[in-house]
Amino acid sequence: MHKLETTLCDLTLKNPIITASGTFGYGEEFSPYMDVSRLGGICSKGLTLNPKEGNYGVRMWETPSGMLNSVGLQNPGVAHFIENELPIMRKFDTAIIANMGGGTIEEYVEGAALLDKADIDMLELNISCPNVKEGGMAFGIKADVAWRVVNQVRKVYRGKMMVKLSPNAEDIVAMAVACEEAGADAISLINTLKGTAIDVYKRKPVFRNTVAGLSGPAIKPVALRMVWEVAKAVEVPVVGLGGIATGMDAIEFIMAGATAVQVGTANFVRPHICLDIIEEMEAFMESQGIQELSEIRGCI
Amino acid sequence: MPCNTVPIGSNKEISPGVWRLEAPFSGDIRAGQFFMLKCPEGAALLPRAISVCDYDGETVTFLYQVVGRGTGELSRLQAGDKLTLTGPLGNGFPVEELQGKIALVGGGIGVAPMVYTAKVLRQMGKDVHALCGYRDVPFYADELEQAAGALDIATETGNHGAKGFVTGILEPSRYDAVLCCGPEPMMKAVTGQCMAAGTPVYVSLENKMACGIGACLVCTCADKDGKNRRTCKDGPVFRGEEIDFA
Ligand SMILES: Cc1cc2nc3c(=O)[nH]c(=O)nc-3n(C[C@H](O)[C@H](O)[C@H](O)COP(=O)(O)O)c2cc1C
Ligand code: FES
Repeated sequence: MHKLETTLCDLTLKNPIITASGTFGYGEEFSPYMDVSRLGGICSKGLTLNPKEGNYGVRMWETPSGMLNSVGLQNPGVAHFIENELPIMRKFDTAIIANMGGGTIEEYVEGAALLDKADIDMLELNISCPNVKEGGMAFGIKADVAWRVVNQVRKVYRGKMMVKLSPNAEDIVAMAVACEEAGADAISLINTLKGTAIDVYKRKPVFRNTVAGLSGPAIKPVALRMVWEVAKAVEVPVVGLGGIATGMDAIEFIMAGATAVQVGTANFVRPHICLDIIEEMEAFMESQGIQELSEIRGCI
Repeated sequence: MPCNTVPIGSNKEISPGVWRLEAPFSGDIRAGQFFMLKCPEGAALLPRAISVCDYDGETVTFLYQVVGRGTGELSRLQAGDKLTLTGPLGNGFPVEELQGKIALVGGGIGVAPMVYTAKVLRQMGKDVHALCGYRDVPFYADELEQAAGALDIATETGNHGAKGFVTGILEPSRYDAVLCCGPEPMMKAVTGQCMAAGTPVYVSLENKMACGIGACLVCTCADKDGKNRRTCKDGPVFRGEEIDFA
């Protein structure tokens, strides 16, 4: 068995490195720079039932050790994805995870029903999306709201389902427990933190929506703390992410209890960074005499 | 389009706030393409998109203006220091399709891509004329004049060339195509002039980027149909009339 081989639910991953939704396109853009099949898995761009054009105006602002983004879930819609982008992702010999969000519970359910019939290895439910019908507060803030959406999707989606938590949740542990009770097979965390930037010369917010999503190394300590808290509280596997940029960062998340990890913003630093992370993890294990990640998983 | 970390050749301030950096590179580069540049040990998280100013098959030259943290770090690199380059990226100008007399219009740091573009076009035997607008002091004008064969200058202060914006010295009806790179208000104005004259116009847009390779969707610009187009992958060059300038 290869040192980094990881079992996530019933999936065997080559290693615990998965690319995070929205940061890796559908994999194709990265293939000139790396052998994408060497990854543990790829998460698709966040899909919604219907195509979305996303936000207009400024979409990105770099911050100290991080970035704010306001892409607004631009995507071609679930049906288009299944027909056009999924076959491209499938050419890579790696786990294919479809990330999906929605503005209403009905949209989540309809999208999940379509994905139930598609050739994906796992569904990642993004509950950080604003709930259009109930004042725009994200589904991922209150545990009872999240329970309802996960419970409804569970009824139509029969494959493995991971629920991706927002760090903006009122109580991250209660949220994870609610999602597990509602039928999640795994929990991933964290999505972006809410942040703002102001253009002082224009005396205006940088983003049209004022608020945007903070990611990158700046959020790593917060993400690591949340992963540690959640991993202790749930039985299902936890996939950790938020600011991972080196093999040591990934090892920290594994030690905090994560089964696997995702890499997002770091993919922009250099396109083949995930392969460097894999090699750094292997070198660390070698130097520390670790045969399998299970020896250190949740060791703190 | 590889991603390599290489020791740079030179890095000099050629005009206040404007720097020229040279790095080894081999492979094809199209006129109007760009690279993502990052100091491997720098504090700036993301690489910066910088246009190719010149290329001779061995050395790629970039001109950049120091505007913030990323370009500030670039300017502190010294000969032999390491730089990570990803590229060349983007579509570039459709040089093969262009016929007749071609105007290259640059504004400020937007003159950079016009140097290599002029070279490529003239190597293909095409007739080019460069027009550049600066605020006050021209930079890289000799290099551009040499590459293009002909150069007209406008400055806002009137200290060099004609007084005013470059739009004041551009007569689109004299050309079969106009290629343009500069501040957005200038590209908007040039596009308007060209559309009125019926001259095809190509603009090279600038936008904040993260991945530079079409994956993250942070660099989009809106086209006239309200569709969001990726500046890095669908551009940076677009037909002027396609773009919904703010
Ligand atoms: C440009 C960008 C787009 C993103 N799009 C999505 C998305 O569509 N769906 C989603 O669940 N998360 C999305 N995310 C969040 C990431 O998947 C990840 O949760 C977050 O960035 C934290 O990880 P990181 O610090 O490694 O980037 C996006 C992040 C970025 C930077
Ligand atoms: S910078 Fe990522 S899509 Fe253009």
